[in-house]
Amino acid sequence: MNAVTAARNPSEAKRRRELVTPEGLSLPLTLASKGARAGALMLDLALIFLGLVVFSLILAALGIGISQVEGEQVAPGIEVVLVLVILLLFLARYGYFLWFEIGPRGATPGKRALGIRVAARGGGRLTAEAVIARNLMRDVEVFVPLVFLLSGGASGVAGIAAGVWLAIFVLFPFFNRDALRAGDLIAGTWVVEAERRKLPQALSLTPRTPGTYRFGEAELSVYGEHELQVLEGVLRHDNAEAQRKVVEAICRKIGWEPGHGDDRQFLEAFYEALRARLESGMRFGKRKKDKFDR
Amino acid sequence: MALALFKKSEIAPLPDIEAASLRSDRFRLEREADWRRLEAIVISLETNRLRRISDEDLLALPVLYRQAASSLAVARETSLDAATLAYLEALVRRAWFQVYGPRTSLFGWLRLFLGGGWSIAVRSIWLEIAIALAVMVAGTAAGWVLVSQEPEWYYALVPGEMAGGREPGADRAALAETLKGTGDSEGLTAFATFLFSNNSAVSILAFALGFAFGIPTLLLLVYNMASLGAMLWVFFKAGLGWEFVAWLSVHGTTEFGAILLAGAAGLHVGRSMAFPGDRSVMSAAADSGRRAAQVMAGVVFMLAIAGLLEGFARQLVEQPGARGAIGSVMLLLWLTYFTFAGRRTGRLGAAS
Repeated sequence: MNAVTAARNPSEAKRRRELVTPEGLSLPLTLASKGARAGALMLDLALIFLGLVVFSLILAALGIGISQVEGEQVAPGIEVVLVLVILLLFLARYGYFLWFEIGPRGATPGKRALGIRVAARGGGRLTAEAVIARNLMRDVEVFVPLVFLLSGGASGVAGIAAGVWLAIFVLFPFFNRDALRAGDLIAGTWVVEAERRKLPQALSLTPRTPGTYRFGEAELSVYGEHELQVLEGVLRHDNAEAQRKVVEAICRKIGWEPGHGDDRQFLEAFYEALRARLESGMRFGKRKKDKFDR
Repeated sequence: MALALFKKSEIAPLPDIEAASLRSDRFRLEREADWRRLEAIVISLETNRLRRISDEDLLALPVLYRQAASSLAVARETSLDAATLAYLEALVRRAWFQVYGPRTSLFGWLRLFLGGGWSIAVRSIWLEIAIALAVMVAGTAAGWVLVSQEPEWYYALVPGEMAGGREPGADRAALAETLKGTGDSEGLTAFATFLFSNNSAVSILAFALGFAFGIPTLLLLVYNMASLGAMLWVFFKAGLGWEFVAWLSVHGTTEFGAILLAGAAGLHVGRSMAFPGDRSVMSAAADSGRRAAQVMAGVVFMLAIAGLLEGFARQLVEQPGARGAIGSVMLLLWLTYFTFAGRRTGRLGAAS
């Protein structure tokens, strides 16, 4: 996910932003993709729905049905339940997103599952007001269109007009560079990737007998940073078959005869030598993006 | 199993730095312990387990954060280890979110909010409040005039379920009947909750629609107030004007205040997007949105009180005089609060 790989993936390069923190550090951010955001929303809505279903099942298990509520005289016990139901529906609609996004993770469970979070645009602090503002707008962006669609959608001129009007809100993220929805615009926020990553082992730690493999200038100059990272991926995944293929490919390229039985050793040695060469080039300001870079 | 869940994950011992043959890997190994320490602190912050963080760790957090950030800057220029770079980027970003994350809890924010942030936000949108008030008065007058010209308008302005027997031409006794309380508190809690939930939904909608330069908000205000004007006419015509106003004022001063604020908040957002002044539209929208959000949080709070007043006080208090007194006291309370709260604290808690 660094600059080199991003340059090879144009859709991701487009989502990269530089953020300058208050102490002047430049911090790379990747905007969440629209797919991830839509997925997070679906997850959250499904969670809310599931919660409401479980709640109504509990009510049913307690023997409380709609029929008892509809009578003229409402029994006191039922009234408490009714109050709970109304408040719960209200909180599900307005409180769920608010509560989770104000927390230190800045993300609802759905967002967290997809590794994204809410952040203040422009490097400031994410305030409670901003979270409130972005979630008040969610009403016209999510819940009203949802009700509109479920209730049969457009019928007649007024229905079509309402549909177009709501479509403006729903499609808003498609018409600006930062994929802001109307709520983000109002609140001064955006949604960025914030996944956790594990720090894997450093690769140049395996001790090996010096001189087993010795690569010269000619062998190492065929590859660049991109190939190095592909090789890194192969080493980290540690799949014997893939390693064999890579050994053969490298040997074909550098004109060696592929040996047998010590693929990993060979690859590690080659990786180290190549990385040492490219990194020393970097220190002198010379970078080689890939094998086509001269 | 349960034990394993709560056990703190052990940090693996670090390999010998000298064992690494690459210079960039030695750079990494020298700093890895600090990165892992920072990560542990960040995880405790993210999961809100603040007690787990020792004092030394908390003091070290800004230093560790800056170290990691500078490690990242160096690594970008000297290391080709993609996994380490990706890890560092993610770590610095997460640490940044925590270092510059929200400082207050929800309850801490609520205290600042009620202690002045809200009224400061309300005072700062005074112009929109004036506009919304004028629109509401005009809407009420329009409803009154329309119905007095042609009573048929009443059915267009007042939805059937809201009318409940209050119709033009209904006799005085029938109208007076609709203003009666219920005398006991049975069923009123649910009624009050329903009113709160319903009114809040409408107010939030009014605010959210302000996004389109405020026009839908204005329309919503006019329409709602026109139905009030129509009802006023019906009751005044039957000679029950004072009783109706008293009946309405119990919760009405709070509820209409909330609607007024919601409309004004929507207008504020719409107006600052249409006329951003010398700021960019984006920053104008963000500024006004945050200010309006404070007002809106207060609107929901006001509607909760209005729901209680409407559900209980109005149904249990029968005397028009007493009803009017409750309504006036509430109005006075709100006016006092919005005028004076948060004056001394200055801009504390105001929208940034």
